Amino acid sequence: MSIIVKNISKSYGQVKALDDISLEVRPGELFGLIGPDGAGKTTLFRILTTLLLPNEGTASVNGFDIVKDYKSIRNNVGYMPGRFSLYQDLTVEENLRFFATIFGTTIKENYDLIRDIYVQIEPFKNRRAGRLSGGMKQKLALSCALIHKPKVLFLDEPTTGVDPVSRKEFWEMLKRLQKQNITIFVSTPYMDEAELCDKIALITDGKILQINTPEAIKASFPKKIYKVRSSETFKLIQDLGTYNKTHSAYPFGEYIHFTSTQSDFQPSELIDYLKANKHNQIEVLETNATIEDTFMELSK
Amino acid sequence: MKAANAIQVKNLTKTFGEFTAVNNISFHVGKGEVFGFLGANGAGKTTAMKMLIGILKPTSGKAQVANYDITSHANDVKKNIGYMSQRFSLYNDLTIKENITFFGGIYGLKKATIKTKTQALINDLGLHDEANKLVGSLPLGWKQKVAFSVSLLHDPQIIFLDEPTGGVDPITRRQFWEMIYREAHKGKTIFVTTHYMDEAEYCDRVSIMVEGKIEALDSPKNLKTQYKVDSMNQVFLKLARNIE
Ligand SMILES: Nc1ncnc2c1ncn2[C@@H]1O[C@H](COP(=O)(O)OP(=O)(O)OP(=O)(O)O)[C@@H](O)[C@H]1O
Ligand SMILES: [Mg+2]
Repeated sequence: MSIIVKNISKSYGQVKALDDISLEVRPGELFGLIGPDGAGKTTLFRILTTLLLPNEGTASVNGFDIVKDYKSIRNNVGYMPGRFSLYQDLTVEENLRFFATIFGTTIKENYDLIRDIYVQIEPFKNRRAGRLSGGMKQKLALSCALIHKPKVLFLDEPTTGVDPVSRKEFWEMLKRLQKQNITIFVSTPYMDEAELCDKIALITDGKILQINTPEAIKASFPKKIYKVRSSETFKLIQDLGTYNKTHSAYPFGEYIHFTSTQSDFQPSELIDYLKANKHNQIEVLETNATIEDTFMELSK
Repeated sequence: MKAANAIQVKNLTKTFGEFTAVNNISFHVGKGEVFGFLGANGAGKTTAMKMLIGILKPTSGKAQVANYDITSHANDVKKNIGYMSQRFSLYNDLTIKENITFFGGIYGLKKATIKTKTQALINDLGLHDEANKLVGSLPLGWKQKVAFSVSLLHDPQIIFLDEPTGGVDPITRRQFWEMIYREAHKGKTIFVTTHYMDEAEYCDRVSIMVEGKIEALDSPKNLKTQYKVDSMNQVFLKLARNIE
């Protein structure tokens, strides 16, 4: 196993940030930690990268114990913290060179690894990091975490604030890194990214709700989901909110995902209800659960 | 210029040395509109927004916000708009209540008004138990909801939101958009940036910026028709880097 976490708990004063967490990540696996802000994701990252000690439990990374062998872990992993780790006064290139140097390597040696992401900020390599846009900073931070070719890569919300095109390219890059047998442990608030992981853990309030493949987690969704739309979205949200058979109704782009409290629910009932409430161009279609549906259902 | 427009922009440009961050953009936003200001990282969204709220001087071009010129009447602009920055815009080491009092003061509200507004805000958000907690200890989604409410304290006509939902959990993100919708229904104009393409669908119109220029501007529906795709995500991929 590349990462083993056994019964880890961590409290800050009264607040239990992690409550008896256990999980395992195989070598070369792309493992996603999916949960909202405040769920405890960053605390787990900090423990696994030896920056924080747990109150209870044990963990190892690449066979090294997080307490005894912390020095070996630091040399073997790359870590991109969610909040910026860059030197704002150094230029883009100076930041990257700095991270390469402390790990005894050069930009040239591992350029291949970072190329896809770095080329997008390379035109601005003489600009100070503090003057980059939000998403450009994320790309630089990722390049810095990768430049020493780590065996295990820890990425804490690497794509928050990153635009959709770059997110797509970023995940294609993660898939390529995986082929070089780098283990990737990544957290994200973007539920569509969860679907790209080999395995995911859904986490909230310091507890793991489920660990499985994205397919299995979606298949476990307990209800039928209907996507609903009409000509007036705002009114539709309100009317579904007050409908007496609504279990949940969440906007998903141009549709609302609707589930009913009734197990024998028929879409025609909903159509009648919406017609009675003067909706036009009503559409009610069965649809498949996404990770986002599952997550919202579990954290309800 | 039509009085019905909340924002009117003509040939707005910003350069930093040799580099052009915002390149000659022109557009308008109608009163009560929810306007999505999209674009790739570094496209110039935040820079454009800073000019529109009167905190950054344009290199050239003109804009009117709430009928005030952003260069000659920057202070009037600031009084008539609300703003939430891309990085979090409240003080982490003050409580929710203290933040409201502080910003109420900045906006020049009377003590009694601040008091009633504080109560109303805490009621609306259901934050009775948290009102005296440090903002730094709250989950991001709650902070963002509080920050949005605070940006509304002085009853501005136009609200500028720079990536308000980045990193926010799925349920809170939807609640945030319900708040946006509610304000729009009251006639407020919303100018919002986001990298979530499902959120782009909730806007009346969106513009897509590429390297300092506005490359497309229309309703989500029309953009999808125009680019012959069925999601805003695909529209974005096509425009921002020519990906099929
Ligand atoms: N003070 C400055 N000096 C030099 N360049 C700057 C300055 N401020 C912004 N820029 C540059 O202007 C460009 C646009 O930046 P801006 O922050 O407006 O992008 P954005 O569209 O908001 O991106 P994001 O989606 O990543 O937030 C970037 O290349 C940025 O590095
Ligand atoms: Mg920005």
